Amino acid sequence: MPRRALTGNEAMAEAMRQINPDVVAAYPITPATEIVQIFASFVSDGLVTTQFIPTESEHSAISACVGASAAGARVMTGTSSQGLALMHEVLYQAAGLRAPIVICEVNRSLSAPINIHCDHSDTMGSKEAGWIQIYAEDSQDAYDSVIQAIRIAETVFLPTMVSTDGFIISHCMQGVEILEDKQVQDFIGPHRSAYSLFGGAPITVGPLDLQDYYFEHRRQLMEAMNTSLTTLDAVNKEFKQKFGRGYDIIEEYKTEDADHIVMAMGSTCGTAKVAIDKMRAKGVKVGLIKLHVFRPFPHEQLKKALSKAKFVTVLDRSDTASSMGGPIFVETRAALYDQMPKILFADYIYGLGGRDIDIEEIATVIEKGEKMKLQGKVEKPLDYIGLRE
Amino acid sequence: MTKKGWKDLPTGGIITKAGSALDFKTGDWRSEKPIWDKEKCTSCLMCFIYCPDSSIQVKDGKMTGIDYDHCKGCGICAKECPVKVIKMEMERR
Repeated sequence: MPRRALTGNEAMAEAMRQINPDVVAAYPITPATEIVQIFASFVSDGLVTTQFIPTESEHSAISACVGASAAGARVMTGTSSQGLALMHEVLYQAAGLRAPIVICEVNRSLSAPINIHCDHSDTMGSKEAGWIQIYAEDSQDAYDSVIQAIRIAETVFLPTMVSTDGFIISHCMQGVEILEDKQVQDFIGPHRSAYSLFGGAPITVGPLDLQDYYFEHRRQLMEAMNTSLTTLDAVNKEFKQKFGRGYDIIEEYKTEDADHIVMAMGSTCGTAKVAIDKMRAKGVKVGLIKLHVFRPFPHEQLKKALSKAKFVTVLDRSDTASSMGGPIFVETRAALYDQMPKILFADYIYGLGGRDIDIEEIATVIEKGEKMKLQGKVEKPLDYIGLRE
Repeated sequence: MTKKGWKDLPTGGIITKAGSALDFKTGDWRSEKPIWDKEKCTSCLMCFIYCPDSSIQVKDGKMTGIDYDHCKGCGICAKECPVKVIKMEMERR
C-alpha cells in the first residue's frame, strides 16, 4: 500500500479523487479551502469526471448539492466554520430529504471574535441537523473516514460530515497509506439513494408537509439515526477486514482495568494517549475513550464502556452555552443517568480558538480527577484548561 | 382516507404519484359554508369571477353548485352576489 506524506486537507482531497463524485459544489473557506481547491485541480487535469460547481456562497453550495443529490448524483463538498453555519438551514433540508451528501469539514471556531483556528463549535452547532458526524484524529483517519462515509451515507440515506481539527490536522503533514483507486471504487460501490428525479416514474421532492405528515417524516429521520450505528459499525468492520485498519465508534485505550476514564474527540486524543501513558507509569489506572462518532450519539456503547468507571474526565473543545458545560459532557452524563453506582464527572473546556493543549495539562487534570475520585466528590464540575483568569 | 404511519411512508417525504393534489381536499378548514339558492340564482356568474379558489361549479354558462371539497368559506361569493342568493352559515361537522 503506497504511503505518502499528506496534510489532512490533501488526504481528504485524495479520497475525493478516488471516490470521483458526480457533483461537487463548493465555496472556499479557511482552513478547508485546500480540499476543494486541490479537488478543482483534479477536475481541470481530467483526473475525475466530476461536475464541479463553484458557487457564490456556502448556502448556494449546499443547495446545489441537495438538488444534485435529488437528481440521483453522488455529491460531496467541503467547508468549515462560518461556511457550515451559513449552510445551516440547508443542512436540515439535506437530512429531511434524506440526501446522502458527504461534507469534508474542517473544525474551526465561530465568530465573534473572528478566529480561523480549531475548536468544535462549528460542527457542534449542527449536531441537531440530522447529519452523521465523524471526528477524525489524524490525516489517515480523515482519509479512511471519508471513504467509509460514502458507504454509510448511501446505506442509511443520511448526509454525513467527516471533520478534522483545523490546522492541527488540516495543515499538518503525516504519512498516510493510500488505497488503490480500484479498491476505493470497489469498497464504495455504485451510488445508491432513496430516490431519484431521474428514476423513471415522476416524483415530487420537498412538497409542503403540514400537521398531517411532517411528524411521521421526522420520525423516519430519528429511526434512520437510531439504526445507523449498526451500519457505521458494519462498514468499519468491513473496511478493517479488507484494509487492515479502522476506527471503532468509540475507541478504548487502556480502559481494561481503568476506573478513571478520559473522554476526548479529534486530534487531542493523540495527546491524551501520551498523557495516559505517563500517568500509567506512575501507577494511575486511567484510560481514554475516543469518541469517533458524535452523531448519532453512541450512548449504548458508552454505557458499556463506562460501566466500571468511578471517575470520568471529559475534554470538550466547545461549549453548549447552557451553562452546564460542553456537549460531550452534557450528553455522556445524560446517557449514564441510570447507571449505578454513580459515576463522578468533571468537564474541562479547552482549546477554544485553536489554543494548544499539551501532555502536561492533560496529566494535571487526570491528577485532579484522581484526588476527586478519592474524596468521592467533585469540587468543580466545569473548569477550563489553559485559560488565563 | 386512512393516513399511513411513519413505517409505510416513502423515505424523505417525497410524493411518488403524479397528480396526487387531486386527492387532497383542502376545504376541511372552512368555518362558514356558502348556501346557494338555485331557484333565485340568475347565473350572472359574479361569484365565479370572484371566487379565489375556483369553487363555483359552472356548466354551459349556468352555475350548477359549489365545490365544498375545496371551498374555504371566505364568503366573497355571498358578498358579491348582486341578487343575494348565497348565504353564509356556520359549518357543522
